[in-house]
Amino acid sequence: MPTLAQFLSQAFNGIALGSLLALIASGLSIILGTLGVLNFAHGAMFMLGAYTGFVVLSHWDSFAGALLLGALVLLVVGFCLERGLIRFYYRRPPEDQILVTFGLGIMIIEAVRYVFGPLSQRVPLPSWGQGIVNLGFFVYPLYRVQVIGIVALLLFAFYILLYRTRIGLVVRAGIEDPLMVELLGTHVRRMFLVVFCLGAMAAGIAGVIYAPLSAVIPNMGEPFLVQCFVVIVIGGLGSFPGAVVGGLIVGEILSLTTLFDPAYAQAAIYAVMTLVLIVRPRGLFGTMGRT
Amino acid sequence: MASAQRRGLQRWLPELAMAASLVILPFVFARWLGSVDLLTRILIWGVFGLGFDLLFGRTGLLSFGQGAFYGTGGFVTAYLLTAGLLNSVWLAMAIGIAAAAAFSVLVGYLALRRVGIYFTMITLAFGELAYFLENSPLARWTGGENGLPGVPAPSLQLDGFAYSFSGSWPSYQLVAGFYFAGFVFARFVVLSPVGSVLTAVRQNPARTAALGHDVRAYKFAVFVLAAAFAGCGGVLLGIFQSYMPPDAFALETSGQLVIQTVIGGAGTLIGPTVGAAIWLTLRDVLQTIPGVGDLWKFILGFVFVILVTFMPNGVVGTLLRLWSRQRSKPIEAPRGAVRQEARAAPEALLAPVSSARAAAPAPSTPFALEVKGLSKAYGGIHAVDGISLALPEGRLHAIIGPNGAGKSTFLRLIAREENPDTGQILLHGLDMAAADVTAAYQAGMAKSYQINQLFPQLTVRQNLRIGALGRYRGRLRLDVFRSADGFGDVERLVEALLEELDLAASADHAINTLAYGEKRRLELGLALACRPSVLLLDEPLAGLSPAEREGAKHLIRNLNKGRTIILVEHDMDAVFALAERITVLHEGRKLAEGTPKEISNDPLVREAYLGGAALP
Repeated sequence: MPTLAQFLSQAFNGIALGSLLALIASGLSIILGTLGVLNFAHGAMFMLGAYTGFVVLSHWDSFAGALLLGALVLLVVGFCLERGLIRFYYRRPPEDQILVTFGLGIMIIEAVRYVFGPLSQRVPLPSWGQGIVNLGFFVYPLYRVQVIGIVALLLFAFYILLYRTRIGLVVRAGIEDPLMVELLGTHVRRMFLVVFCLGAMAAGIAGVIYAPLSAVIPNMGEPFLVQCFVVIVIGGLGSFPGAVVGGLIVGEILSLTTLFDPAYAQAAIYAVMTLVLIVRPRGLFGTMGRT
Repeated sequence: MASAQRRGLQRWLPELAMAASLVILPFVFARWLGSVDLLTRILIWGVFGLGFDLLFGRTGLLSFGQGAFYGTGGFVTAYLLTAGLLNSVWLAMAIGIAAAAAFSVLVGYLALRRVGIYFTMITLAFGELAYFLENSPLARWTGGENGLPGVPAPSLQLDGFAYSFSGSWPSYQLVAGFYFAGFVFARFVVLSPVGSVLTAVRQNPARTAALGHDVRAYKFAVFVLAAAFAGCGGVLLGIFQSYMPPDAFALETSGQLVIQTVIGGAGTLIGPTVGAAIWLTLRDVLQTIPGVGDLWKFILGFVFVILVTFMPNGVVGTLLRLWSRQRSKPIEAPRGAVRQEARAAPEALLAPVSSARAAAPAPSTPFALEVKGLSKAYGGIHAVDGISLALPEGRLHAIIGPNGAGKSTFLRLIAREENPDTGQILLHGLDMAAADVTAAYQAGMAKSYQINQLFPQLTVRQNLRIGALGRYRGRLRLDVFRSADGFGDVERLVEALLEELDLAASADHAINTLAYGEKRRLELGLALACRPSVLLLDEPLAGLSPAEREGAKHLIRNLNKGRTIILVEHDMDAVFALAERITVLHEGRKLAEGTPKEISNDPLVREAYLGGAALP
């Protein structure tokens, strides 16, 4: 049996990983909820953010700079993709949207592989994030504690944006009933652009934060994309609270199962997803009628 | 008539062409493209793709988890053989394919609970699950990251003479044999009534269900079939390479299958094979070009995005389209002949058939349809509030009321498209509480919709056939070796309907070439293909011109012979001319009921609904 300190330390890892998943999944989820597009390139966008972090942090010790640049890169990428391609797909069947974003994801990954090479690269921690911290029962890497704080702040900002601003009101209304929003005279298409860019930026920022925790590699986004699907199935389509709670659940399951037997960590999240599908097919926070 | 020709040589033309290609192509590959092995690889992807094309191309179910079944088939066979549990390679292959199908039963049960995007996400997640299971918990049996080497090839034994399918050419013969058998079988499926239903499911699942087909069961069937094909592909891969690689399970495998299918052309059966040929040869060619080699996958991704955007039918689909456009011009002439024989007894053919009446306890009620205290609320809004109705057989009953009175909801509840909160629906005395819309149709109650619910990519005749097959074949039947147009009764009914609805001239036209009035008649025809004893008409006159309205009124009066009809309509002239009795709904409640005369004189109706104006 693992000791209490091991258990708590893994639980903390679960929160760190889960909050990151929550951030990525909420980006994917609002895009899916508002535009109806399941963005298969979301994992590649996360990876782009991580590589931006890699480039910035290996030259300058400026985490804020990395975050800003990561957000900016993904804003530009999101803008170009939405205006250049995705918007022509709103009237096409969802399968086509999946296919085109899947293809875009491959192109982004391969472009990065071409530029940075196929090998994984270490990303230095920011200078203020080095070292460990004593949390009473156990010692824990400082940066991971900071990650939890940073992501919590970002999620809170996201929450304020979605629930306390006019833009957020329109976005949430759009998730409920896009046709009605259009009929009420809101320029839905412009909102789509905003939401797509927001979702891309959420993935990019998560990538920057994640980069120093692990290493960067061109196909690093793939497992995150799949885990985000699991998060959305568990949490419910288009639901921000669903993405956050689902993300934390998945993060904890991954970390705590690893404590007992790493071989079953991945299998465990699919088991929970299966359970949710059987007991509550619309997801924990999903609304009735959305399929 | 296309169906008559299809039964002759033309039916087998694709099979003959395929057989010839499979004989000639290996020599082409051996001579100009290095070796026959490349073709073998393409055909393994092709076997995998035949099933996926039925699933995605035909039925529209985009699965990103097919690698799970590909890997399962391959690894089960490889394990049985390398662990020495089985001596017969053929038996191990069969078990591998069965294992893939069995796994898909589990995944399909969960994934098919949801549709569209959710289905894709769930299949992808289960694909990843299979990959992780292979990699760690099951590594003792699967070899984990190393895979399973040393998979033996099967051999044939005839009178002491043994022929082993190992080595380049024998492997090709084995794979080509499986591919050909798979192709022939897939063609049978496509041409069968099952194939027609699958096509209908892709184009309009809700209407397919409303025409008596058990949509989820058909989806389930094709999902399992696709998994069996995938398993077969995986089995062949292991045998061909004498090694079963773990990345058969990877998302990359499932993704490559999707890409190849789209590039080649979904819904064409050979599309995935052509896509695999393009993908594999392009990869080989690009990788040899200096400076470009590292970018081969980027280039293929780019080509893929361009194809999805501008050529959604893929290479084969686009070619087929050009080919059929060339041929389809002078096909108008020879139709009259067939029509005449069918004209024999349309009256009898169209007469209602009630399964419910047959199934009901013997001395049943005099009512064809009885509705008791039906209610449905959405949130706080009582759309339908305690409405009762009893219709004797042959009654034409109209329901009128201002917009939002609950007429359409009422009709949806009766047709079993939605469940009421409370209340009872009896069809010929048979309680419909447990029935869904599919069961209602099977029992002889059909609905025609306010907004056309057609199958846009099928011809008029094919549309009607979907409806007629639904009643004739029941909820689910896997008669894959029958031809969709091979049911004499169904074809005669379709001909009679074409005649009755005055659609014979455009019978073989695509829906998008029809005038609105024609589409409206076809919409009604789909419900009539049920030969319903109870017909529900939701605003059948909506959008018709005055002349067309006269025709439609005449038709409805005709249909009323021996048939119970509920008519929801805004055209008051038509309602008062046609209906024997009228119910007026207002805010979900019954405001009045009576003969047209009583209704037009009812002061309450005049006041509340017509603003005091006189009715005709």
